[in-house]
Amino acid sequence: VLSIQVKCYHEIITIGYRVYHSYDLPWFRSLSWYFLLCVNYFFYGETVADYFATFVQRREQLQFLIRYHRFISFALYLTGFCMFVLSLVKKHYRLQFYMFAWTHVTLLITVTQSHLVIQNLFEGMIWFLVPISSVICNDITAYIFGFFFGRTPLIKLSPKKTWEGFIGGFFSTVVFGFIFSYFLAQHQYFVCPVEYNSETNRFVTECEPSELFQMKKYSVPPLLQAVLGWEMVNMYPFQMHSIALSTFASLIGPFGGFFASGFKRAFKIKDFADTIPGHGGIMDRFDCQYLMATFVHVYITSFIRGPNPSKLLKQLLILQPEQQLSVYKTLKSHLIEKGILQPSLRG
Amino acid sequence: NLQESESENKLDGETASDSESKSEFGGLPPVPTSDDTPEVLNRALSNLSSRWKNWWVRGILTLAMITFFFIIIYLGPMVLMTIVMCVQIKCFHEIITIGYNVYHSYDLPWFRTLSWYFLLCVNYFFYGETVTDYFFTLVQREEPLRILSKYHRFISFALYLTGFCMFVLSLVKKHYRLQFYMFGWTHVTLLIVVTQSHLIIHNLFEGMIWFIVPISCVICNDIMAYMFGFFFGRTPLIKLSPKKTWEGFIGGFFATVLFGLLLSYVMSGYRCFTCPVEFNNDTNSFTVDCEPSELFQLQEYNIPLVLQSVVGWKTVRMYPFQIHSIALSTFASLIGPFGGFFASGFKRAFKIKDFANTIPGHGGIMDRFDCQYLMATFVNVYIASFIRGPNPSKLIQQFLTLRPDQQLHIFNTLKAHLVDKGMLSSLEDA
Repeated sequence: VLSIQVKCYHEIITIGYRVYHSYDLPWFRSLSWYFLLCVNYFFYGETVADYFATFVQRREQLQFLIRYHRFISFALYLTGFCMFVLSLVKKHYRLQFYMFAWTHVTLLITVTQSHLVIQNLFEGMIWFLVPISSVICNDITAYIFGFFFGRTPLIKLSPKKTWEGFIGGFFSTVVFGFIFSYFLAQHQYFVCPVEYNSETNRFVTECEPSELFQMKKYSVPPLLQAVLGWEMVNMYPFQMHSIALSTFASLIGPFGGFFASGFKRAFKIKDFADTIPGHGGIMDRFDCQYLMATFVHVYITSFIRGPNPSKLLKQLLILQPEQQLSVYKTLKSHLIEKGILQPSLRG
Repeated sequence: NLQESESENKLDGETASDSESKSEFGGLPPVPTSDDTPEVLNRALSNLSSRWKNWWVRGILTLAMITFFFIIIYLGPMVLMTIVMCVQIKCFHEIITIGYNVYHSYDLPWFRTLSWYFLLCVNYFFYGETVTDYFFTLVQREEPLRILSKYHRFISFALYLTGFCMFVLSLVKKHYRLQFYMFGWTHVTLLIVVTQSHLIIHNLFEGMIWFIVPISCVICNDIMAYMFGFFFGRTPLIKLSPKKTWEGFIGGFFATVLFGLLLSYVMSGYRCFTCPVEFNNDTNSFTVDCEPSELFQLQEYNIPLVLQSVVGWKTVRMYPFQIHSIALSTFASLIGPFGGFFASGFKRAFKIKDFANTIPGHGGIMDRFDCQYLMATFVNVYIASFIRGPNPSKLIQQFLTLRPDQQLHIFNTLKAHLVDKGMLSSLEDA
């Protein structure tokens, strides 16, 4: 994911250079890469601190880095900012500001997306595989439907897209997502959050599958009963979520593609780059994924996962002792109130 | 930026130059300046030459702005938040208008609406995050607010997506490039303006002193650097801003550090400045009442031997916060000006004299706030890294959303930890 991110960043920045004929600007290439490094450092630091908590606690230097992480990242960014200001050359002010803004917008697009992808991945590989496959499937099936049945154009921006392709792609992607999740949900390897095992110093994906991934009986609504002939069906709850994910991939994902098409037309380029023969650059493949990663992340935080208990515990342990005591008392009274904890007797 | 407009005048080829003003106070040839001063000031100063009038206008307005600053501080956190919000909107408007002027894109369909819509979305997202933290109990009580806050991220994202789709649908064949430029311009502006203003509000909630001291340091640095440059300025600092000098820079640095120390000393004595702003559910209003943290309690410090001979005291009573204020003032003096240079470069790049003409003699709101640009972020990062640990009430809040078995698990772990530390006797009863 990191390599793809770097490549996408490189492609977009190169387009910017060409558009503005700014190859000769002093420092600018170094500055763009420097900013990419800073933002990556910031994001990876936040992720690493969360997931590798035990590993980090063991090493002194890492602990120091983690504690002052925000400050260090900010200081690094500031250095880049000051270098930019110092590098402003009289004749090229406007160009330099354009490139500065271009760099920042590109960072916003590529780096944040890639980090959300990684966060989704850590939630469980299924949250990484199903969305990406849904987008790819939508791409392909919309193309196929458009090929065979395409008649009414969808949007002036992309003359090849048709309404038939759009709708056909939608239904097939939902079905695909449904079936694909069914298969993936059975394997712990895909379903479990990725955790770092401090003893073996490796990643493990082993756990008790959460209730999302345990078969449940659902009553088929009467409408579908007539069609399918079943009264009950065994499904994973995750498959319901996969319908939401596939719907997003089919309906909103194409807008990412339109955005990229508009971008290419605006700057009069045919493809982002020539990395993949026949397909263009990496960005061409990933333009529809653009919004998907953010959606999945927002979806997970809103509907699936509550706050992470171990992270909460970690923060509790950092508090001052008096604060810990007051938190403890509050929690205790809350738990007693809810009946989860019996008022303690000895032992 | 006091110096900036003067240097712009010079660049525009006007004859009178400020570096000669040491000998000035009379006999200057009247130089026309852009006349956007209100009528009342015009009449009052009509007998002075235009150049000197400009000086007076700026001076009076500086005082007016500082007074305004004090008044809104007095009025309390709610008003401050509103003012920050208004300033943010005005800055956004100024920068977007510049974009329109640069790209002659007044006629683009939808674009104005879209820019304001995005501003609304991002503000909604940020305010939602803040409100949930600080107004927690209020939110829990009201049913619609609770739903809004639970699905806050999702709702904000959906709103943003709507704007994104509208943008894609609004792409018009001939104007693709322009529209993408404006889209990028809007996003960068949002990144700068809205995030800064929200960090300011976060700092404010930490305690009004964290809001007042940084902003005052930047203002003080501005004024002091100008004065030092005025009286002693000789070696230019950077090609970008010819009026800035090394003497002004260094003099401003020391003066600002001193000013910061003094201001913190005065402010740390008052609870209304040092206490975190909290929302009291019973009275439904903001309260700033608390036990001052150890940052704001006088402590004895030993003066390093070097300074002892100079100052003549062995120990001094200071607030620990004053040490932090040195860090804040240092940042304001050393890095703050870079924000000013950035804005000067920006104005030169797009060939504009000022961001707007809102404040007579000073230009637009952005002109006043360009140095603050990085300060708010720095203060926020500083607080998060060095001062405050995680917020206990926020943790409790998160705890309450967990499942019962998770809650029990955390509770037991915490209990074991506290017993371990000897803070809790193992035989404690309810």
